[in-house]
Amino acid sequence: MTTVRFLGIGEPKPKRSIRLPLWLVSYVQAMPLTLVLGAFLLLPLIMIITVSFWDYDFAQMYPDFVTFNYTETLGSWVTWKIYYNTLRYAFLVWAITLFIGFWVAYFLAFHIRTSAMQMVLFLVCTVPFLTSNIIRMISWIPVLGRNGLINTALINSGAVSEPVEWLLYSDFAVVLAMVHLYTLFMVTPIFNTLMRIDKSLVEAARDAGASSWQVLTNVILPLAKPGMAIGTIFVVTLVMADFSTVQVMSGGQSASVALMMKNQMSLLQYPAAAANAVVLLVLVLLMVAGILRIVDIRKEL
Amino acid sequence: MTKAAEIEIASVSKVYGSTTAVHPISLKIPAGSYCCLLGPSGCGKTSTLRMIAGHESVSSGDVLLGNKNVTDLAPAERGTAMMFQSYALFPHLDLIDNVAFSLKMKGIDKETRRAKAMDMLKLMQLEPYATRRPAQLSGGQQQRVALARALITDPEALLLDEPLSALDPFLKIRMRAELKKLQTSLGITFVHVTHSQEEAMALADIIVVMNDGRIEQAAPPRTVFERPATAFVARFMGDHNVISGRAGESQAGIVTLAVPSGSEFKVPDADLAQGEPLDVAIRTDRVEVGLQPIDGFGFTGTLSNIEYRGASVKLSVAGAGIEDFTAILSDKVFFAQPVKVGEAIQLSWSPEDVIVLGRAH
Repeated sequence: MTTVRFLGIGEPKPKRSIRLPLWLVSYVQAMPLTLVLGAFLLLPLIMIITVSFWDYDFAQMYPDFVTFNYTETLGSWVTWKIYYNTLRYAFLVWAITLFIGFWVAYFLAFHIRTSAMQMVLFLVCTVPFLTSNIIRMISWIPVLGRNGLINTALINSGAVSEPVEWLLYSDFAVVLAMVHLYTLFMVTPIFNTLMRIDKSLVEAARDAGASSWQVLTNVILPLAKPGMAIGTIFVVTLVMADFSTVQVMSGGQSASVALMMKNQMSLLQYPAAAANAVVLLVLVLLMVAGILRIVDIRKEL
Repeated sequence: MTKAAEIEIASVSKVYGSTTAVHPISLKIPAGSYCCLLGPSGCGKTSTLRMIAGHESVSSGDVLLGNKNVTDLAPAERGTAMMFQSYALFPHLDLIDNVAFSLKMKGIDKETRRAKAMDMLKLMQLEPYATRRPAQLSGGQQQRVALARALITDPEALLLDEPLSALDPFLKIRMRAELKKLQTSLGITFVHVTHSQEEAMALADIIVVMNDGRIEQAAPPRTVFERPATAFVARFMGDHNVISGRAGESQAGIVTLAVPSGSEFKVPDADLAQGEPLDVAIRTDRVEVGLQPIDGFGFTGTLSNIEYRGASVKLSVAGAGIEDFTAILSDKVFFAQPVKVGEAIQLSWSPEDVIVLGRAH
């Protein structure tokens, strides 16, 4: 049945009882997000920046405007070494997760034919995330330790006579655990971009005589760049802010910027930690800005 | 200017698992001709084109291009180029790099390939847009880029998968004319997949009508329209009334056609045994209204609808066990003696306008 309605005929619409002035409506609509972001992002940030200029002793902070928190932090070679160490972790983890993440996403997007299977396998990738970060990290210890699975197997098979020491409590262990924790953050955005690549583009490239390798380098990789950039932002910011993985997996032998801040806070040196946080924030923002300059990710958002 | 190749497919079929997309079909497309594969969606026309292009493996049979068996060759080794339905332009490359793509794959240096691509863009009147990305172009321009990209490989045959379906009706007609002009000037073989019989009639030297994975008829457009081979072709090409029934007794070369409701029509030149199924077609514009029909070459029915089309008027008539029989009259004839919906009218046709249709295989 079709109903025909004539314009202008029919019951008058009920008038709204409360009428806001038009200019106010958009402000009201933007209000909830403004409040949330203001309370949970802007306010803490302002507090950190303020505190970073305060004075302190072993027991108390004194409102003040001093810059020695920054000069001490930036003037110490320990800080520079720790930044170097953190950046090294970030680079290694980024390179490895990018490599693994791309190929996992590529396999899921181009080699699994049915979309149902794609979703199943993608969910399998997320299964480790049902447990907490700490548990996943600590579960490496029985595998890598002196008397762990790998060392026992190596010794029993006669490959080595003494346990391999660098497996646990080393940079290797830190990077391994971080790769384990963060690869999915690379897989997801890359998978997302690869799924949007029109399969007929691959055929068009083949029609033009491209080999499989040429299809990859000339069509798929350039089109996957936005996903790679988003994954890179995730992984780099996560690694730069990580302290628990570094502490547990290096056995306290390595340090990261966040770990340094944590130690300062446990010594009640909040202004020093705040100054460190501001420096780290500026560095990470610069890195993200650099990534966004190289790759245009607007299409993905 | 370029060498054109004859395309021959010899009992080629395509089977996906347990479903057969294309039954073994054979077809010869002469060198330098414009061939349209025509049919409804799912009839196997695109699969056939993709098998010629090499993007779909052949389940059985052989594909020959200019007497060379290309069945197992990669798409680029065949001497064909394909234009994809949605054009499949590379969104991350500008027009020059899009057109030069196949030259880059061959390892031709940057200067040479860009110069060649620029020439091709000039030919397509696209040089002002050379540095733009595909997304910044209109549909018609994108299509010309896709053509340029396909033609830069200097193919012997160009394969087009529904090239006009993404365009608006006005542009469709303009690009149609451009395609035909291009084919004539290049002189290469074009194979064009479409579901529009109008497009096929306007463009093709040979129309291949496909249905359900089989070829119903492969012939020049005029033959397909005037002598449709099967009831499917007559219906799909439009402008035909199809009457289905069984052959009755024959007298002096004239067979009686009995339709299920009991009415009978006469069919000349049919050579059929009694009781065999028989379809005939009568062109809608050959039906006359208001004349006393010769026995068996017409009927009286009720006018169920009138459609005014400007130069012509379309009458839908029901009667004699035929639900929808169409007659197209010129406006002059109709308005000389107008009739109203619900009135009984007499339809008639002459014996030579009865087309005997074959059966599908």
